[in-house]
Amino acid sequence: MLELSILFPSILNGLTTGAVYALIALGLTLIYGVLHIINFAHGALLMLALYGVYFLHQSLGIDPYASLPVMVPAMFLLGYGLQRFVINRASHGKEENILLVTLGLAIIMENLALYLWRSDTRTIETAYTFSTIDIFGAMISVPKVAAFAGALAVCALLLLLLARTDLGRAIRAIAKERQGAKLVGIDVEHVFAMSFGIGLACLGAAACFLLPAYYVNPLVGNGFILIAFTIVVLGGMGSFVGALAGGLIIGVVESVGGLWLGESLGQIGIFLIFILVLLFRPQGLFGVKA
Amino acid sequence: MLEIENLRGGYGQVEVLRGISMNIGEGEIVAVLGSNGAGKSTLNNTLSGIIPPIAGRISFDGKEITRARYTDIVAAGLIQVPEGRRVFPNLTVEENLELGSYLRGGVRRRQNIERVFAIFPRLKERIAQRAGTLSGGEQQMLAIGRGLMGEPRLLILDEPSLGLSPLLVEEMFALIKRLNEEGLTILLVEQNVGQSLEISGRAFVLENGAVVFSGTPDELLSNSDLKRAYLGI
Ligand SMILES: Nc1ncnc2c1ncn2[C@@H]1O[C@H](COP(=O)(O)OP(=O)(O)OP(=O)(O)O)[C@@H](O)[C@H]1O
Ligand SMILES: [Mg+2]
Repeated sequence: MLELSILFPSILNGLTTGAVYALIALGLTLIYGVLHIINFAHGALLMLALYGVYFLHQSLGIDPYASLPVMVPAMFLLGYGLQRFVINRASHGKEENILLVTLGLAIIMENLALYLWRSDTRTIETAYTFSTIDIFGAMISVPKVAAFAGALAVCALLLLLLARTDLGRAIRAIAKERQGAKLVGIDVEHVFAMSFGIGLACLGAAACFLLPAYYVNPLVGNGFILIAFTIVVLGGMGSFVGALAGGLIIGVVESVGGLWLGESLGQIGIFLIFILVLLFRPQGLFGVKA
Repeated sequence: MLEIENLRGGYGQVEVLRGISMNIGEGEIVAVLGSNGAGKSTLNNTLSGIIPPIAGRISFDGKEITRARYTDIVAAGLIQVPEGRRVFPNLTVEENLELGSYLRGGVRRRQNIERVFAIFPRLKERIAQRAGTLSGGEQQMLAIGRGLMGEPRLLILDEPSLGLSPLLVEEMFALIKRLNEEGLTILLVEQNVGQSLEISGRAFVLENGAVVFSGTPDELLSNSDLKRAYLGI
């Protein structure tokens, strides 16, 4: 039996990672909900954002958290442009083509990163990298606590935007009824691109929160995309609240699973959940039956 | 207000509208009748900019809108309540109405919502309910309410009485008449020939994508060949 003194910090650690997972999954589920497609470039784009944060720190000395006002708008613009001028054009409006285009983009970005920055794994060191904070006796690293708070704050802002603004309503409306959306004058192409942009802005924020306690290499996104995909399935495809809850759950499962089975096998729990959800609750925790 | 000249349109290579000309004046209520597949909804969607025309000319309020984007057409006040309602099923009644004023009428959003609730008290009772769980008739009310939220200059109604109980059909036509009396210009597409002709000032009959009759309801009703051939009455 595991002792509480080990279990408790592990759960806390899991929640901190889980909040960032939730942010990444929220972007994925938003894009899925609107475009009805899994964005296979999501992981590669996170990798790109992590390099962005890395180089801003290495070349200009900008603190990762101070990079937020740069990375979030930059990733938003990249997403808006990618959807409107690349994905949309190249797929000719066919959903099955979008999938291939995002897959192709992922491959291009990863190989370009390998070519430009080599396969080295890079980390950054800040004044607070190794500092910890005492939470009811558990020592949690400061960057992780910051990531937790920051990621949750961004998730909350995003949920608010989706629930309370006309843009948010339009995004949700388009997800289910495009013709109706056009008839009230919603510019469908624009809102598609906005959704993609917001999805990538989540990645920009996630990268700023991740890097102080994490690393970057050209393939770093692959691990995240699998986890994010699991979260989206667990929470319910296209469900925003589901992505948030699913992210936290998966973070804890991974962390606690690591205690039992060792760091490298901790992720087994995630895939177990993935399979169990598909078997017993395919619509996910917060999804509605099709 | 709306002028359509020799409009041809359809889907890809399939031409459905084969040269339609019609006009609607301010304050009028004009019925467009015709059997299934005559091209009525295709005409509506071409007017709304959902499908591009092949040839011809459409002008609204004196401005050419033939190839305008659907957003500009809504912004100009030409608003369609489509066949099959097309409400947003995952949004609440209130959110559906709010989106009705996405482009137009946003400043008077709260007032207009109250106005829609005054017309359809049932929607008010279901304000927080998801539109997808409304009954068919309630969805039709919501679709019309959403259309009114955009403060239309010209409202296109595509089969608003479809699927309503006889009592509701009566109410629906009374409402359309009232909206028109309050100054709204209406293009009414209907299968319910009798009731539409009662409230319309003029009527067009479409068949195979062409206008086979245009005139007053009385003229139409006194032409028994036309009635039998195209309207089945
Ligand atoms: N998306 C589409 N692609 C191809 N053909 C279409 C499409 N929509 C409609 N059509 C065809 O266009 C023709 C006219 O259809 P339309 O929907 O305009 O008829 P309608 O007069 O509205 O009929 P109804 O009274 O049944 O609603 C029909 O032959 C139909 O099959
Ligand atoms: Mg029709």
